[in-house]
Amino acid sequence: MTSLTIAPTARGAFPFFLLAVLLPLLSACGYNTIPTAEEKAKAAWSEVLNQYQRRADLIPNLVETVKGYAAHEKDTLEAVVEARAKATQVTVTPETLSDPNAFKAFQDNQAGLTSALSRLLAVVENYPDLKANQNFLGLQAQLEGTENRIAVARRDYIETVREYNTTLRTFPSVIWATLWFTDSKPFQNFTVAEDKMEPPKVDFGTKQGG
Amino acid sequence: MAAKRPGGVAAAVLYLIFFKANKAPRTAALTPPTSLRSAPSPQGGGIAALVLVLVLLCLPALAADLPKLTGRVADTAGMIDPATETALSQKLEAFEKKSSDQIVVATVDSLDGEAIEPYANRLFRAWGLGQGGENNGILLLVAKADRKMRIEVGYGLEGTLTDLHSKLIIENTMVPAFRAGDFSGGISRAVDDIIMVLEGNAAELEARAKRNPSADNALEDVDWIFVLFIALWATIFLGGMAMAILPPIFGTKIGPNRYRWLGMDITVGGRSSRGGWSSGSSSGGWSSGGGGWSSGSSGGGFSGGGGSSGGGGASGSW
Repeated sequence: MTSLTIAPTARGAFPFFLLAVLLPLLSACGYNTIPTAEEKAKAAWSEVLNQYQRRADLIPNLVETVKGYAAHEKDTLEAVVEARAKATQVTVTPETLSDPNAFKAFQDNQAGLTSALSRLLAVVENYPDLKANQNFLGLQAQLEGTENRIAVARRDYIETVREYNTTLRTFPSVIWATLWFTDSKPFQNFTVAEDKMEPPKVDFGTKQGG
Repeated sequence: MAAKRPGGVAAAVLYLIFFKANKAPRTAALTPPTSLRSAPSPQGGGIAALVLVLVLLCLPALAADLPKLTGRVADTAGMIDPATETALSQKLEAFEKKSSDQIVVATVDSLDGEAIEPYANRLFRAWGLGQGGENNGILLLVAKADRKMRIEVGYGLEGTLTDLHSKLIIENTMVPAFRAGDFSGGISRAVDDIIMVLEGNAAELEARAKRNPSADNALEDVDWIFVLFIALWATIFLGGMAMAILPPIFGTKIGPNRYRWLGMDITVGGRSSRGGWSSGSSSGGWSSGGGGWSSGSSGGGFSGGGGSSGGGGASGSW
């Protein structure tokens, strides 16, 4: 009697069990891998943008403070302002991360701002009053912190993009990439890891041009 | 391996998860998901393997050369005297109880050529300082041979302990003491300063503590595999037991060893019980399974709460 009542239920449950076994296999085969990795990389990119924006926001204050003490370092200050304007013009949205040209423009502009800032901080070494200014010290601490956050965000982005690009090219997720996620293109990655704040060089009078 | 004895494989996978999850949740290295191959075992096996892979993927890959998180004061370079170390540990523990903010002091002999910023960030993330959802950890790292120190601040505290605060603590409190050779005093006063800054934001501190009532009982620490295991087991075991015991008590007798209860005819002591396994009493099993969940979290040793850091804080040298 028991077996009689159970049998139809078991037959009805068969597709369910089949699904229960197949669905996990589907995700184990990498169906979820590509979208997951892609979203992670996009999120990491947003953090990169966020930190670069934070740096750009600090610069007007920094420039004003330096101006108060070193107004005649006009070239260096203008170079920073210009580089900032250029850097904030180009943004790479998560949707256009696979565009090499936009990415390169973004990277070049940010690198330009980094080197302009380095030059400014090197110049500041010549102004003891400015270096002792509390406002400037605060800005400098924030700038250092931001540069470090940029470095961390870049590292995270590099890692997530590496993972994402790998899923697009490796088995088994490459099957899904060709069959289903044909819109997913590899993301661009940072090429130079050295784009970070160099400590000001000590220069004993032998000034080279530029 | 998969096809012969599916039950055995499933049990082995379950055991593996159970073992991994309990014994070494944070130190297990990120292994390639070889267990995927055991997936084709029916029912539990595939799901269990998937869960295992997910659990393993969630764990941070640990670099080999990072020191162990031995306690709130991990003095691997031996710079802090024992009395200060004990006092600091107690102070930090009390502070975490109050605010759920996790402050850890670490000293290392050398950075092996790495800059202190990436090293501190790596260490912070490897240890997972701060509570999972809050990222409210702080790492005070001192590198002895490199003569460098850094305060690395988790995402959640960046607004409270700003880069400028960190810089001021390093420059005004730590550097003078360190230059005078007073490492214990410098570190101890720096911790006092950090706590002072964090406490300065009293309203936010209380709100955070309320969100994380007990640091050890965070939901993220619940071992869901264990919960599932207990719940399943309790449903099967207690459900069967309940079907044997409850009908004679609550049901109406309709024959020798036969009772009618909740609209089902149940034979007690016999073999068949019609509709037995879909009975309402199984819900009792689920709720008793819930009892296993609070016991799933373990007290005792200190570990990070799974927080992360985005490189906030400041560095200095002496």
